[in-house]
Amino acid sequence: MTARDDASAPSAAPPDGTGEPLVVLSDVQKYFGELHVLQDINLSVAHGEVVVVIGPSGSGKSTLCRAINRLEPIDSGVITLDGQPLPAEGKALARLRADVGMVFQAFNLFAHKTVLQNVMLGPMKAKNVKKSEAEADAMRLLERVGVANQAQKLPAQLSGGQQQRVAIARALAMKPKVMLFDEPTSALDPEMINEVLDVMTDLAKEGMTMVVVTHEMGFARKAAHRVVFMDDGRIVEEAEPEEFFSRPKSDRAKDFLSKILTH
Amino acid sequence: MDAVVSNFDLYWQGFRMTLVLTLISAVAALVLGTLLAACRVSPVVSLRWFGATYVELVRNVPLTILFFFFIFVAPQIGIRTPSFFVSACVALSVYTAAFVCEAVRSGINSVGVGQAEAARSIGLTFTQTLQLIVLPQAFRTVVPPLINIFIALTKNTSVAGGFAVTELFAIGRRLANANPADVIPVLVGIGVCYLILTIPSGILANWVERKVAFAR
Ligand SMILES: Nc1ncnc2c1ncn2[C@@H]1O[C@H](COP(=O)(O)OP(=O)(O)OP(=O)(O)O)[C@@H](O)[C@H]1O
Ligand SMILES: [Mg+2]
Repeated sequence: MTARDDASAPSAAPPDGTGEPLVVLSDVQKYFGELHVLQDINLSVAHGEVVVVIGPSGSGKSTLCRAINRLEPIDSGVITLDGQPLPAEGKALARLRADVGMVFQAFNLFAHKTVLQNVMLGPMKAKNVKKSEAEADAMRLLERVGVANQAQKLPAQLSGGQQQRVAIARALAMKPKVMLFDEPTSALDPEMINEVLDVMTDLAKEGMTMVVVTHEMGFARKAAHRVVFMDDGRIVEEAEPEEFFSRPKSDRAKDFLSKILTH
Repeated sequence: MDAVVSNFDLYWQGFRMTLVLTLISAVAALVLGTLLAACRVSPVVSLRWFGATYVELVRNVPLTILFFFFIFVAPQIGIRTPSFFVSACVALSVYTAAFVCEAVRSGINSVGVGQAEAARSIGLTFTQTLQLIVLPQAFRTVVPPLINIFIALTKNTSVAGGFAVTELFAIGRRLANANPADVIPVLVGIGVCYLILTIPSGILANWVERKVAFAR
């Protein structure tokens, strides 16, 4: 972690503020029965921006992430992607999801398919890409995340870190406009966390728009343009990473940071 | 014993009919049952309702009643089939499909929700998600219960014997009536014929179960 921590200033230049934001959530409300999990959420993410979402367990971070590709439908408010409101269930929604890459905490690689097939499947089935082309693309991506030599194995034969990198390659294969990461490293053994964070940092440097739920402060400092702190279903505080970690404004953020720092 | 040996051709005829009834109904029930299971996990409420109602209705009615319906009642309301044989296949398929549906549905539920979420999040439609990701994994856990369902189906074909389809059971009854002195060997012969069909299925089920266990 030391290599990461000394990079105190965000190394990626903040995205230019020109043009429409890519992802916009306005007045989003979401309930699970009685529980108000997302309350008055307003958030917009610019093209090329990297937003880290942080907050205590149960604060609604995953739900926020999942709402952006409508894995979780919202009760009111509007979410737009590139100016288009999210469609309801159906073909249009499937097309939209192809533009939003998602990486899960539990990897969720297709257990009955090889690593290579995992990466090729989306382009072939959702975008009608030719097999040869999909395969070449998939191999390039696997190369890029450093697991090309595992292409013919089943996911269960890979380490957690390798599986998560395959999951990133699978999402990238769809050439998404934005990538969502829901605690991508929290199911990993400590020695595997960095190999995944490195891939994500490279992605951020290349200008990918990213929403990342993570407690990895090193990553936030190094790659994020903005930190969004959530508590009890609300966005409590937003700031540049350095500002947020060294001078949190709200008491809840201070309290939360003191807890994760002592760990 | 003579009654068995001298009527070997009748046994053979009944055996083939039972086999054909079983195979046709098994394939039809597999297709129909899988579609019903897809209804039961579909995001569309009316489809879920349809699937659940079908299963509850069909599963809880005696098979004989279904035969009675398809052979005597259905023609009166305009649903005609070319023969009793076809009606028997329909009744057996409709009945067995309800059980197949429940087995496939529990198989679908055994596949983690993460698999379907990952599939949807790379832009696959509901149908593609089911067809490419969930069902292939579900079928591994579903094969053993499915084979049990098909063993029950093999035995259930005997109901067709009561509705003028000349399968094993009908042959057995005819031979038993014609040879009162040989009832025991006649019926043992019929039983053996069923065992010839069901025991290999059971062995197949065990083999598949072991095979699947290794593949994990
Ligand atoms: N499907 C669901 N049904 C009912 N309640 C749910 C469901 N999913 C999440 N919740 C509840 O909603 C709240 C927010 O959950 P969410 O998973 O978004 O939190 P989180 O911030 O991601 O937490 P964690 O850090 O533990 O992952 C929690 O109280 C959780 O128990
Ligand atoms: Mg979460």
